[in-house]
Amino acid sequence: MTPAIRRQASLELHEIHLLDADHKQLRDISQSLSLGLDLKEMKAVREFFRNKGRNPTDVELQTIGQTWSEHCFHKTFKGRIIYGNDEIESLFKTYIFSATNEAKPKWCISVFEDNAGIIEFNEKYAIAAKVETHNHPSAIEPFGGAATGVGGAIRDILGVWANPIACTDVLGFGPLSHEHGKLPQGMKHPKYLLRGVVAGIGCYSNNMGIPTVNGSVFFDESYVGNIVVYCGCIGLLPKSKFARNAKPNDFIVLAGGKTGRDGIHGVTFASAELTEKSEEVSRPAVQIANPIEEEKLKRAILKVRDRKLGSGITDLGGGGLSSAVGEMARRFGCGAYLELEKVPLKQEGLAPWEIYISESQERMLLLVPRANLKEVIEIFESEDAEATAIGWLTDGSVLRISYEHHEVANLSIDFLFNPPETVRIAEWKAAALQEPNFHEPRDLATYTSKLLASSNIASRERIVRTYDHEVKGNTVIKPLHGKHGGPNDGAVIKPVEDCWKGIVISCGMKPRYGKVDPYWMAASSIDEAIRNNSAMGGRRIALLDNFVWGTPEKKDRVGSLVRACEACCEFSKAFETPYISGKDSLYNESPLGPVTPTLLITAIGIIPDIRRAVSVGLKSSGNPIYSVGKTYAELGGSEYYHLKGFLGKSIPKVRAPVAKDIMEAIVTAIDAGCVRACHDMSEGGLAVAAAEMAISSDHGVELWLHEVPRSSDANRNDYILFSETNSRFLVEIDRNSADEFESITRNVPRAVVGAVTDNDRLCVKGLNNKMVMDITVDEIRKAWKSGLDIEI
Amino acid sequence: MTPHKARACILRVGGTNCDAETKRACHKSGIEAEIVHSRELAKSQALLSYDFLIIPGGFSYGDYVRAGAIWAKELRAKLGKDLEKFVEDERPILGICNGFQVLIEAGLLPQIEGISVYPQAALGTNMPPGYNCRWIHLSHVGKGNCVFTKNVDANSVLKIPVAHSEGRFMFARRNEDKYIKKLLDEDQLVFRYCRRDGQYADGEYPFNPNGSFFDIAGICNSYGTVFGLMPHPERAYHRWQLPDWTETGLEPSYGDGKLIFDSVADYLEKRF
Repeated sequence: MTPAIRRQASLELHEIHLLDADHKQLRDISQSLSLGLDLKEMKAVREFFRNKGRNPTDVELQTIGQTWSEHCFHKTFKGRIIYGNDEIESLFKTYIFSATNEAKPKWCISVFEDNAGIIEFNEKYAIAAKVETHNHPSAIEPFGGAATGVGGAIRDILGVWANPIACTDVLGFGPLSHEHGKLPQGMKHPKYLLRGVVAGIGCYSNNMGIPTVNGSVFFDESYVGNIVVYCGCIGLLPKSKFARNAKPNDFIVLAGGKTGRDGIHGVTFASAELTEKSEEVSRPAVQIANPIEEEKLKRAILKVRDRKLGSGITDLGGGGLSSAVGEMARRFGCGAYLELEKVPLKQEGLAPWEIYISESQERMLLLVPRANLKEVIEIFESEDAEATAIGWLTDGSVLRISYEHHEVANLSIDFLFNPPETVRIAEWKAAALQEPNFHEPRDLATYTSKLLASSNIASRERIVRTYDHEVKGNTVIKPLHGKHGGPNDGAVIKPVEDCWKGIVISCGMKPRYGKVDPYWMAASSIDEAIRNNSAMGGRRIALLDNFVWGTPEKKDRVGSLVRACEACCEFSKAFETPYISGKDSLYNESPLGPVTPTLLITAIGIIPDIRRAVSVGLKSSGNPIYSVGKTYAELGGSEYYHLKGFLGKSIPKVRAPVAKDIMEAIVTAIDAGCVRACHDMSEGGLAVAAAEMAISSDHGVELWLHEVPRSSDANRNDYILFSETNSRFLVEIDRNSADEFESITRNVPRAVVGAVTDNDRLCVKGLNNKMVMDITVDEIRKAWKSGLDIEI
Repeated sequence: MTPHKARACILRVGGTNCDAETKRACHKSGIEAEIVHSRELAKSQALLSYDFLIIPGGFSYGDYVRAGAIWAKELRAKLGKDLEKFVEDERPILGICNGFQVLIEAGLLPQIEGISVYPQAALGTNMPPGYNCRWIHLSHVGKGNCVFTKNVDANSVLKIPVAHSEGRFMFARRNEDKYIKKLLDEDQLVFRYCRRDGQYADGEYPFNPNGSFFDIAGICNSYGTVFGLMPHPERAYHRWQLPDWTETGLEPSYGDGKLIFDSVADYLEKRF
């Protein structure tokens, strides 16, 4: 029982007896109020109020709980990590921010500062980008969880005054074939989750008229208990309209949807493991989505922006008002005063603390100079949306909240944003793994077919068709290519009328490699994101990092996190691709165990002229096909091994200097107009890349494995066909440009390894120059198209 | 005296989301267009100051009840008389996707016996069900009545994308024969879903992406001035918007959607 007394007032307000609480009572208070604070943090809170000489209110304690949560404060990334004899001051500063900060490219306008990363597009416009996770809510209620995940990513873009122009979604589920009977109590089947998540994403982005242009879906046993839902959004921002100049007395305006009891304690829920009771206990933590409300909000915000009426903006996401108001006050070096009774409510009877931490959706916080308030309110009214001044910024650095003239909170902003330092212990031991030993199979064609039909390679068409990827009419390279719906490496959009410049969007994620070594997993994710981007003609690439990891109180989880961060730093520097935004989602654990360490890298590049962009489908028979990059016998974690029931050990490395040269050579060749089709070699290796290029076209392909540039250990046909070595491309070159292409790529490993044919067959000659595979494209297309065993 | 320049009103309401690209397409075809919020037009009652009305794609009012139903009722209630006059004046009205759903729900299409109070057709839930975004082929079966396809050759095949979950064109079964005869007799049937070679889809998915009766993708009223279609011509205006431009090259630089905007631009120019 929490020692609390209700204040003598007409409102629900409690004072919590904290000053004399002992350690057990502190823990009890944290637990019974769902604060999610540990003893060290509770002691700091007690100390703060002892100095004040009074007990805290429920509003104050809840505010602290929200602000200090892993979800809002990212204390593992910001905290101290003890790693063997080493101490890491902060993962974020040491590995992520330093990589960007060292290079400080001029084209990075705002990194890790605002709701989204902002980079230059052209003289007039900037690109904003943000990727979020929404794993926990989606595990409980897949439709609502995923929909609000999309809504949140879009609001982050609005939160830098940008117009959202494209969405991306990367998902992770357990195998669809998972036996129902083997699911623990309270856990939902991957098929149910996939359908719900896909429907939720489609509902939100389609309704808002934002094309969903890029993404991926990965199936892994560890996702049965911990689904992964990444939602991203890209925005366009006229640089002259970016306002961030709020001052004391500027009104704090709450705009958009009303506030209700949906989404109470979402962040504390997200900062704990999932249990069989999560459904029952945490259902109210999942918010309810209303995309039309956000569409109206978007229109109004863009009008306020264009008329330059606002001085600051942020979205209401995790922690609701409690997080947004505090962050805004801190950003502008101010205090804040709020009158909570002014917040428009969905239903009566919310206690002040509920109002303050509710995560009801479709809400934004604007800062508005006093003289502009009337016009701002009118703009929202003209869009049938609501906006209400609920307080203002103040001099000093105190957050004061009143409710019907009762002071319900009085906290120093400094205290709120300086929680006690979190210390985590990290440990990493390489898993004891072995390379499997088996003979080269004879039926390589069957393996190729099976790989194409396997869950991580098969066509995502059924999912992608339910997302509107054409709305706005700017999608130049599409997720489904041409008449066969081929798998382009990413998307290219042309965001500005009468300007041929394009934005190139791609991603990389290699969860299975993390089971062997998170370092090379992270390196491979970065390489994949960049090579997907390069394959379409993207350059000047910015990265977004999104970690999905297990519980940080467990040292092996933190150990693998450190390994991944080391790679993030090293390869960001090596490729000269800075991070502009990122997020981490920890506590992805369930009764079935932790999520496999999963890092999503999103790459945002540009292409000077979209008419040069390259797609995946083969173009004309007789053209030579080049393999660019050297193939090593790196089959650990590969789809080929997985198909054979092995994990293996030899996961792909990234050989940075040559990798960077390869990416640059590809882009140079694309600019020169030599490249007719390009595809990165990834899951399933050379065989799948060649198959997918043929599947996407009306042509066939012939490959000569003996010509493939390779290491000496890549000495078997199956190794060359299925190795997943990074930094490799399969490229169709215009036969008249072969000399030029060879000259451009003279310093990187490459060779003609085949040709485009007109006979609808995938033919492969092995190391001994004899045919080792001959299969019709029609057959493999069918395998690839029907592999994903689910009706959406 | 300066000659009258035809003006288009692109109407929007909460949930409309294809207004910007529709405006872009109008401008490229030389039609002056402005985007107007439905509530503003209701307040100003200025519908008749425009020469061309476009109801663009989106999810008006979240498409609750039935796609387009709420907005249709609102337009009839607030602009009813002006809308009727607009139609009688033979000023063109274009409904794309959600706009087509609105025109059907508002009784402005198919106008079996003029504008109707109750819908005479429906754009029902897709069969197979679900949202579907894909490029499809349209056979132009109009014989010259529709002012939006004057520049489209008879029986030619157009490639334009659809993206909807409620696009299955239906008549009440008892009216099917009578109404389809009327559409054919009065040259109101404009686009039918077909295969690449122009052969009608005959209900076969995915050529007919939603199970529409008679493969109907777009129809007009008997004057040929009110036109609704599920596909999005504004998304097929430029060659670079096509899904296979990297194969076929960027010449000509336009897509089939342009023909529709050019046709109505010519009509407006001749008329005003």
